[in-house]
Amino acid sequence: MSGGEYLADGKNQSLFKDKPIKILLAKPGIDGHDRGMFVLARAFRDAGMDVLYAGLLPTPEDVVDTAVNEDVDVIALSLLNGAHLTVFKKVMDLINKRKIDDIAVVGGGTIPDQDKPKLEKMGITGNYGPGTPLKVIIDHITERATEARSRKNRN
Amino acid sequence: MDYDDYYSRKLISLKERIPKENHERELWSEKTLEPWNNSTGYEEGNFENSSGIKSDYYYNSEDIPKDTESSDLGKPGEFPFTRGIYPNMYRGRLWTMRMFSGFGTPEDTNRRLKYLIKHGESGLSIAFDMPTLYGYDCDNDRSHGEVGKCGVNVSSLKDMEVIFRGIDLSKVSTSMTINAPAAVLTAMYIAIAKKQKIPLNQVAGTVQADILKEYIAQKEWMYPPEAHIRIIRDMMTYCTENVPKWNYISISGYHIREAGSSAAQELAFTLADGFYYVDLGIKSGLSVDDFAPRLSFFFNSSINFFEEIAKMRAARRIWATVMKEKYGAKNNRTMLLRFHTQTSGYTLTWQQPLNNIVRTTIEAMAAVLGGTQSLHTNSYDEAWALPSEQAVKVALRTQQIIAEETGITHTIDPLGGSYYLEWLTDQMEERAYEYFDKIEKMGGMLEAVKKGYIQKEIAATSYRRQMRIENGEEVMVGVNKYKEENEKPIGILRISRKAQENQIQRLARVKSTRSEKKVEESLSRLEEAMKNPDENLMPYYIDAVEAYCTLEEISNVGRRVFGGWKEPVIV
Repeated sequence: MSGGEYLADGKNQSLFKDKPIKILLAKPGIDGHDRGMFVLARAFRDAGMDVLYAGLLPTPEDVVDTAVNEDVDVIALSLLNGAHLTVFKKVMDLINKRKIDDIAVVGGGTIPDQDKPKLEKMGITGNYGPGTPLKVIIDHITERATEARSRKNRN
Repeated sequence: MDYDDYYSRKLISLKERIPKENHERELWSEKTLEPWNNSTGYEEGNFENSSGIKSDYYYNSEDIPKDTESSDLGKPGEFPFTRGIYPNMYRGRLWTMRMFSGFGTPEDTNRRLKYLIKHGESGLSIAFDMPTLYGYDCDNDRSHGEVGKCGVNVSSLKDMEVIFRGIDLSKVSTSMTINAPAAVLTAMYIAIAKKQKIPLNQVAGTVQADILKEYIAQKEWMYPPEAHIRIIRDMMTYCTENVPKWNYISISGYHIREAGSSAAQELAFTLADGFYYVDLGIKSGLSVDDFAPRLSFFFNSSINFFEEIAKMRAARRIWATVMKEKYGAKNNRTMLLRFHTQTSGYTLTWQQPLNNIVRTTIEAMAAVLGGTQSLHTNSYDEAWALPSEQAVKVALRTQQIIAEETGITHTIDPLGGSYYLEWLTDQMEERAYEYFDKIEKMGGMLEAVKKGYIQKEIAATSYRRQMRIENGEEVMVGVNKYKEENEKPIGILRISRKAQENQIQRLARVKSTRSEKKVEESLSRLEEAMKNPDENLMPYYIDAVEAYCTLEEISNVGRRVFGGWKEPVIV
């Protein structure tokens, strides 16, 4: 049993009561630097999320297919090989083409500051670099997942 | 493989050797330390290194075995080589300052190599881009945006011909950082040597080709482990007979460490990989003294100064001892652990990047005091992107300052005999044997990797460390302490898209001018050979690259015959 909670205007916190946030971690493109990914996977799991990992070298199609089939709330993309502008865009193009609006996309990796606005414009938020506290990342994902989930419930 | 209790016995004798008690320190603690701590209200801190080894207040002669000098250290250039593999070490010849680099197009790389040769370099080092490392051509959809990004792209023999245009392969040795497709790149190098009419016994160079660490850490494989290991076996036997100056494996701990392992895990897993390759060579009928001298190592040098030096000294001692005792090596060269070092990429911070110069300097000094044969120093901007020219120059100058200004090269193993360092070296050694014993009991390194045991051990260490950084137990200056707001961005290197267009055009030209009949024939002969595990694949690879089959076409034959590999779940 837990007590009542005060909610911010327009927020429905009960959304996650039955189902935890479901997140797909993916390194699309040709990049095997997965240490950070595994640290995040564990941290997200410890934060109560349902975590999927897309495996080694998924194509953008693999990532979007998996996200749809598994009905995730969030796709978290990571690249450390400098190809984020090309490869993240491919994922977003597929999402837009298939008119998916109930899955949020966040990014991370070695992303220069100059590239962040470009990614934001595509709809990819976060874009955190090395040394970002886990709490910042988890809070951001929770926020984006809440938006995605409310659209899922509407659909 | 049959269980061998060598490591188990070795571990027991080590545990018996290493002193457990220290009367002098106990007395001192009672008499001097405790009154001091009590009067100052001192709270015990956590003085633990990455390997989980806790340091005591100080060390003395009671902490090391009485006969350490004669049995554990030896003399420079003498068994067990703890102090160094050569009798004169850096007094005779400095370590090789080998700066690893990759340049977008084969033309750029060719120009760079010629520049280096003109300035007296004879040891070339080449980095490849991600598509090449995974055996995809530049015109594959997956390669889009990645061609020439982290190194040069090689899609066919034509690219290698451009890279080495005007370079006499009998006068240089080339180190190629390539793993899964290493046999194909070796075949290309051999094909060029043949065109230059250079006898193969004069062809010298190195490919990394350490596939075990790919499954453990770097994750660059194409096929299941057994298939890649068979290809390594073929390279070993072919090269031992035909290209005796080719170093067909560089056994790498660097990536294991970058994947988040501790120093002790890096030591243990790298040497365990090495022993696996020794077993492989022996199993394929080679004599240990014929092939093992060609094995070399590649370690990480991280920020905990003494831990790194102890790791490198322990590595030399373990390798020499096991090669002699377990494998019956007769030749000193078989027992020598030669290694390259790179400073740690993981310790570089995105925040306050100039601090990285200081970190790299400390790490480079540890590598030199640890007795490395060659060294790459990272550039301060590498947490952001590939290094800029200015940053690379500072990194190289760091090595030159250590070599020529500090005087630490004047004498061999200057820290040897320090109670603390010798104790720490023993501790690292003990932890390594603990892992060897555990791995042997699991059925050997390949089994341990396939089960995901090694990967789990590393992931657990990595996660624990990240948590320690998160809660401030472990300090990263500029990241979780001494932070600055509104940092100015530094200038970073961008790779142009032109590399990709050039490569795709060249590949199209290669495909339109080669004989398709030859391509089909050589690929189908390769396929037949792959299906027969007793066949050595090297002549078929050489045949295929000479017919201008592309890297991906050749790799795809293996993908068809061997299939792929899905890694074990470790989180």
